[in-house]
Amino acid sequence: MQPAASSWSFEEDDLNAITRTISRFLAETGARSALLVDRSGQLVTTVGDPLGFDPTTFATLTAADFSANDQLARLIGETDFTTLFHQGERESMYVADIARRLILVVLFDNRTPIGLVRLKMKPAVEELTGHLDRAFSRARASGTTQPNILAGAGDEIDELFNW
Amino acid sequence: MSMINYAAREINCKIVYYGPGLGGKTTNLEHIYGKVKPETRGKLISLATENERTLFFDFLPVDLGTIRGFNTRFHLYTVPGQVYYNASRKLILKNVDGIVFVADSQLERMEANLESMQNLYDNMAEYGYDLTSMPFVIQYNKRDLPNAAPVSELQAALNPGWEPADPAKARLSPDPYHAGENLVSQLPTGEWVERAQYFKAVAIGGEGVFDTLKAVSKLVLKALA
Repeated sequence: MQPAASSWSFEEDDLNAITRTISRFLAETGARSALLVDRSGQLVTTVGDPLGFDPTTFATLTAADFSANDQLARLIGETDFTTLFHQGERESMYVADIARRLILVVLFDNRTPIGLVRLKMKPAVEELTGHLDRAFSRARASGTTQPNILAGAGDEIDELFNW
Repeated sequence: MSMINYAAREINCKIVYYGPGLGGKTTNLEHIYGKVKPETRGKLISLATENERTLFFDFLPVDLGTIRGFNTRFHLYTVPGQVYYNASRKLILKNVDGIVFVADSQLERMEANLESMQNLYDNMAEYGYDLTSMPFVIQYNKRDLPNAAPVSELQAALNPGWEPADPAKARLSPDPYHAGENLVSQLPTGEWVERAQYFKAVAIGGEGVFDTLKAVSKLVLKALA
């Protein structure tokens, strides 16, 4: 995996491909839902059963959790922890790094064996890395990720803060 | 790093409130949380100790309106101000789009302000970010206190300015928020100096809080345009 572009964005097709991979993973494991979160804590998408909590908050805390654990890894001489597992009495979550850019969080209850999540996670992560690689290389090839939607929007930005 | 989600038609940006302990960073977020319409903001999350000192960060997502069909969503973070928590502080700065430095105006906090500003520059440099070329505003908080230092003194200490990297910027540029003052000006020696925008505030009463937020958000969006 090449270093990611400094700025990037998703297109509809990227998101569709990502959603398909995650949906299949959920079906194979019986896990309930998954969130894809940017390393900076921004929610990219959710897949699966509706979430009973605020996903924005969840995304932020996930990224913070992951970053804190990254630093812990370094302190003990590892470069990073590529996965984290938080086990609850009924609900658990498994968190995996995707291309050092995104974080996949899988939520599952005690009917889903953790071993199955682990087993199916690896190919899913590889597939997701492939989707992201394509998005990054497109960003690199075109110099920018997309036509800049804010280009020349100076006046509109002024207007937006006219309160 | 801002993220444009074309599928959800959202522009997401990250703003970090930085500054010395007990300077009013969390108070800024609390005021914003209390004042914006509930439908345009999320929950205010505080990872704090039992005595309400920020341990990791506070977080508040706010929507500031729509531009070209895209919802502009700002993620506001504070960092723990206490010197001890530098590792956590540095984590929060990752992928930041804009910085607000909340200085404590009290004379006896000058040293703490300076230390925190230096720490901000150092932490940013470690990520390879250059504070002088990104959206950055300074808020002088606690202006209502009798022991508040004069703004000119705070400016001299915390916002001495830098040489504009772009020669095209080397021309007089008035400060839109302070009549008679300039954001870019020429020293008697002939050198040009650019300073960060600053705001006076009494965050506990809300004064200056939204001016600061507006200014930094505007700079962040303009940096994308």
